[in-house]
Amino acid sequence: MTSSDRTLKVDIWRGNEKGEYQSFEVPERENQTVLDVVTYIQRHLDPALAYRFACRVGVCGSCTMTVNGRPRWTCRTHVSRVVKGGKLTIAPLTNLPVIRDLVTDMTPFFEKWRDARGRFVAGDGPKDELAPVQPESRERSAASAAIECINCGVCYSACDVVSWNDDYLGPAALNRAWAAYNDVRDGDRNGILKAVSQGAGCHTCHSHQSCTEHCPVSLNPTFSIAGLKRASLKAKLKGALK
Amino acid sequence: MTPLSYFLQRGTAMLMVPLIITHLAVIIMAVQGGLSAEEILSRTRGSMLWAGFYGVFVLAASIHAGIGMQTILHEWTPLGRQASANIGHTLIAILWLLGARAIYAVVWA
Ligand code: HEM
Ligand code: SF4
Ligand code: SF4
Ligand code: FES
Repeated sequence: MTSSDRTLKVDIWRGNEKGEYQSFEVPERENQTVLDVVTYIQRHLDPALAYRFACRVGVCGSCTMTVNGRPRWTCRTHVSRVVKGGKLTIAPLTNLPVIRDLVTDMTPFFEKWRDARGRFVAGDGPKDELAPVQPESRERSAASAAIECINCGVCYSACDVVSWNDDYLGPAALNRAWAAYNDVRDGDRNGILKAVSQGAGCHTCHSHQSCTEHCPVSLNPTFSIAGLKRASLKAKLKGALK
Repeated sequence: MTPLSYFLQRGTAMLMVPLIITHLAVIIMAVQGGLSAEEILSRTRGSMLWAGFYGVFVLAASIHAGIGMQTILHEWTPLGRQASANIGHTLIAILWLLGARAIYAVVWA
């Protein structure tokens, strides 16, 4: 790693819902990530800075923050890609309560996963028989396309409808529900359609694709939600949602 | 948005596509060589075809716009879900009444 004398000007959110930005000077390094910058500040300038990370390689989804106005996974975001005029502004994810500094409370995010029924429900088939799932089937392909979510909350933060409507289940939970719905082994697939059609569910989405634009692992929640809209509307018209 | 209001809003949107195209095409043809009230009324007066056409159109547009405004009010104003729905439904009724009155005026009055 080559070091230079150049520094970055980094403004970091301090406080919770109420607070202010604090400015730091951080040495600029080659191939530095935004998470490296935050870690440098915590190790060398202010040990009280609260932030979250675990894997540092884009797997765990815990390091997401708002960087120069956009939600991003900071461990895989190179400073050189997002820096503007030598400046970085780093804030917690939007659309979630702030615990302290860069740490948000993900509880509402995961409560909505539960509400969208994104978990497997066993059927009452015999336990010793494996359910055949053809790898090439339409359902398996749809599930595969949606399954690799790292629960990072970037899409949830990027969705305007979440910020307008507290009850909206949001892109991640609905994307998960679509993956679960396409698991043909599930014992109550109709229950998923019911869950996502209640209150501010899938039909609340405006299909404007901000979630898809921002998802760091290139998932397409908009497409998943469109699938849920279609499937639940069909079920509704058949009278299967009651 | 409930599955039903979603269905009605997207359904009326699809329904309006051919209606709007026909509406615009007739306007463009009608204004060739000037436009007069007599010319319009001679086409519409007593015509069950135009009464039916605009009857469907007005109903579709009322439902579509009413549901759309309900969404906008809920998302963009402090009004809650129920208040937004009440205003949306009232709007559907008002738009439909205005439209029905206009159809009555050019077909029957
Ligand atoms: C053929 C013509 C039309 C089509 C295809 C159409 C289509 C649509 C669609 C797909 C939406 C949902 C947008 C979303 O979920 O974000 C929408 C919303 C809306 N439309 Fe239309 N529309 C048409 C005509 C009209 C007309 C004539 C009016 C007014 C009388 C109108 C008023 C609205 C309003 C107020 C909304 C709510 C905006 C929103 O939900 O984002 N539309 N329209
Ligand atoms: S497409 Fe739907 S879920 Fe995605 S950002 Fe837009 S409103 Fe939110
Ligand atoms: S869908 Fe993408 S952006 Fe949303 S939580 Fe999953 S990985 Fe993150
Ligand atoms: S630290 Fe695990 S995804 Fe960034």
